[in-house]
Amino acid sequence: MRTVVIQPVFAEWRKSARELLALRVPPEDVLWSDEAQEPGLFAPTVDASPRAAVPKVPPAFLDLARSVAAHCDARRWGVLYRVLWRLTHGGERHLLAVATDRDVRQLQQWCKAIGRDIHKMHAFVRFRLVGRDEATGREQFAAWFEPEHRIVHLAAGFFEKRFAGMDWSILTPHGCAHWDGSLLHFTPGVPRSAAPDDDALDDLWRTYYRSIFNPARLKVRAMQSEMPKKYWKNLPEATLIADLIAKSSGRVEKMLRTELRPAKPAPKNAYLDSLRVLNTPERPPPDEPPQTP
Amino acid sequence: MDPNGGDERDRQAHLLNTGHADEPKRQAVGGEFLAHILRIAAAKSRRFAQAKRPDVQDAKGDDELFHGMKVTTSETAGNSYCSRGQMDLQHKLEILADAAKYDASCASSGAARKDSRGSAGVGSTGGAGICHSYAPDGRCISLLKVLLTNACLYDCHYCINRRSSNVQRVRFTPDEVVRITLDFYKRNYIEGLFLSSGIIRSADYTMELVIAVARKLREEHHFGGYIHLKTIPEASAALIEMAGRYADRISINIELPTQQGLAKLAPEKNLSRTQDAMGHIRGKIDERHAEKRKPDAPKPPPFATGQSTQMLVGADDSTDAVILRRADVLYGEYRLRRVYYSGFSPIPEPSALLPIQPPPLVREHRLYQADWLLRFYGFKVDEIANDAAPNLDLQLDPKLAWALRNRTVFPADINKASREILLRVPGLGVRNVERILGARRYTRLRLADLLRLRVPMKKLLPFIIAADHTPARLGLDDDALRARFLPPPRQAELNFDAPPPPVSGDIESVRSGDL
Ligand code: SF4
Repeated sequence: MRTVVIQPVFAEWRKSARELLALRVPPEDVLWSDEAQEPGLFAPTVDASPRAAVPKVPPAFLDLARSVAAHCDARRWGVLYRVLWRLTHGGERHLLAVATDRDVRQLQQWCKAIGRDIHKMHAFVRFRLVGRDEATGREQFAAWFEPEHRIVHLAAGFFEKRFAGMDWSILTPHGCAHWDGSLLHFTPGVPRSAAPDDDALDDLWRTYYRSIFNPARLKVRAMQSEMPKKYWKNLPEATLIADLIAKSSGRVEKMLRTELRPAKPAPKNAYLDSLRVLNTPERPPPDEPPQTP
Repeated sequence: MDPNGGDERDRQAHLLNTGHADEPKRQAVGGEFLAHILRIAAAKSRRFAQAKRPDVQDAKGDDELFHGMKVTTSETAGNSYCSRGQMDLQHKLEILADAAKYDASCASSGAARKDSRGSAGVGSTGGAGICHSYAPDGRCISLLKVLLTNACLYDCHYCINRRSSNVQRVRFTPDEVVRITLDFYKRNYIEGLFLSSGIIRSADYTMELVIAVARKLREEHHFGGYIHLKTIPEASAALIEMAGRYADRISINIELPTQQGLAKLAPEKNLSRTQDAMGHIRGKIDERHAEKRKPDAPKPPPFATGQSTQMLVGADDSTDAVILRRADVLYGEYRLRRVYYSGFSPIPEPSALLPIQPPPLVREHRLYQADWLLRFYGFKVDEIANDAAPNLDLQLDPKLAWALRNRTVFPADINKASREILLRVPGLGVRNVERILGARRYTRLRLADLLRLRVPMKKLLPFIIAADHTPARLGLDDDALRARFLPPPRQAELNFDAPPPPVSGDIESVRSGDL
């Protein structure tokens, strides 16, 4: 039995896994564990080990592994190595197609959790305006986010594409991403206190949130399944939720008690007149779908 | 003074005052990053100072917002707000968002892939849409959904903006909408803009105003985010084309499935004209597609990649069969991306012509499920709702209801049955069907395998055969089978235990296959 301690990034695992595979060390003889210390930077480690020594694996496995590596579950390296072993030395090249296999299923579930975490980060990051670069005139924004897994480097590309025209930093406990118009780079995590708390626009946003809510369709569970409470503390609009829920039934009752309004006659208007003309002559039977153009 | 741009001396002072406790470890970070963090801290302490000022709360959004707006929009100088203007803006947003909230569509998916790299602006589209927030009504908030104005010549009785309603009428200028869109977008509150409008003066006049907003966003601000424009069937073809050029999606609401319904509740609207306009848009979308495929041809001008519509449920007496048949025509003949079903919900200015009690929310949900079956599971409308049984079973999902009516089709052997049959098994989604098809090439599937796929076993078991399972023949014939699936008998309507209706990530939910 050997213990392999690696920095918790994909490149490190791949390096060790290649060596182990080349030495034909079976998965049950390896114990994997994360190095306690965070890696210095998220920059990919240069990989020196020779490629030739490793049997080919399906590209889908590499994608899966890259994603799973970001998961916080300590068992991930071991399961990844076992699947790698089964794909290569175990003679199960088709393994990834067997979605019902215990290991494959586990990897897919981790991968799904990572996908969801990334998706939620794309959704719930809230940028705050912190200034303007005097030299370039570009607006500068910063955001605080607490992802569940180490996904900052996986999620950052999206922000680069979307917000290329402004400078921004996303700060998280696991690492930070920064964009200055030409370079996306990563730095270690920072505490919450390093990030700005609010933005002058938050109030206008809350006005919108309050107004777009329909009290007649209260579905709190549906909201929470998509926007779990753990995210609320970093969402400016979440402070309104309790109050909106509490007042909704009163608002609906008021609507139902409102006196019904009769129809007003149409005002004199040339356009309405033209519609009336259009609406009277015989048109094709209304419920016959017209021919496709 | 511009508080965020900052005068340099002011900034230095704040830098010195910044608490060192907040500072990240110096040795670990680069100088550039440190400077950035310190800038943030400086801005932060300045804001703290502001927050401590008395009556900031009462002057809600007054001073602070005014400055914030000014900073972020200095490129449109000459149009700066006075604090009164800011209050106005907030007030208008309140009314015009409230006026737009009855439109159920929210998707921001299915747009052409584009992004802001190499441009001076912001914005990207493509891939599954993102819901940036959820309101307590369970609906996804992905776009800034507003009306340009809630003044309207029409008198649609389900609508709070109709001319007979007594709501206060306000109007955004195109610049105001542009500004809010950009400011919200840069803070990652939204995916883009969904702009609609009450009809003022004429269809063309209104369309021109709506298009002006989209044109400014795209051409003056290089905005690459999602734009959904609501169009008016009576607007001239040239204007609809122009709307399509700037928008990722355009839509016309069909509102009600029959002309009789429209004649009664929306007298200015007309089903044939609406469908004609949809046909015109479909033609444009197809044309662009065809041109894009021609080799060596110059890139055609952009055009929206899809259209969608909304149908109101429960405002008239149309049955589910009528609604689904109309949806089927819209999908088939006009290639709509999505039909949204919006359960009529009470409005603050109720009309004498409408039912006071809204339909149960679950009806809308069942319609979405049926819609899914039509689009992704190979069902025909008649199999789900027909003249004999024109309304969906509110207590059972339509796929399960179909299976119970067609028990002779089952049980299906998950190791042998075709994809078409597997898609009809209650509890199996599109994605799990694909997984089963993939896995069974290499292994004989047992119940434990299905458990690992997290399928709802209770629902599934009576309908399938697995390597280690055959349902009791009697079970399928049992009249009590239906009863087994009924929800517990209390408040079925309010607490129905089902996933929320499909939201923005259309495709995602399809893949997860959860009905
Ligand atoms: S046209 Fe009808 S639905 Fe649209 S805003 Fe006017 S009244 Fe409302």
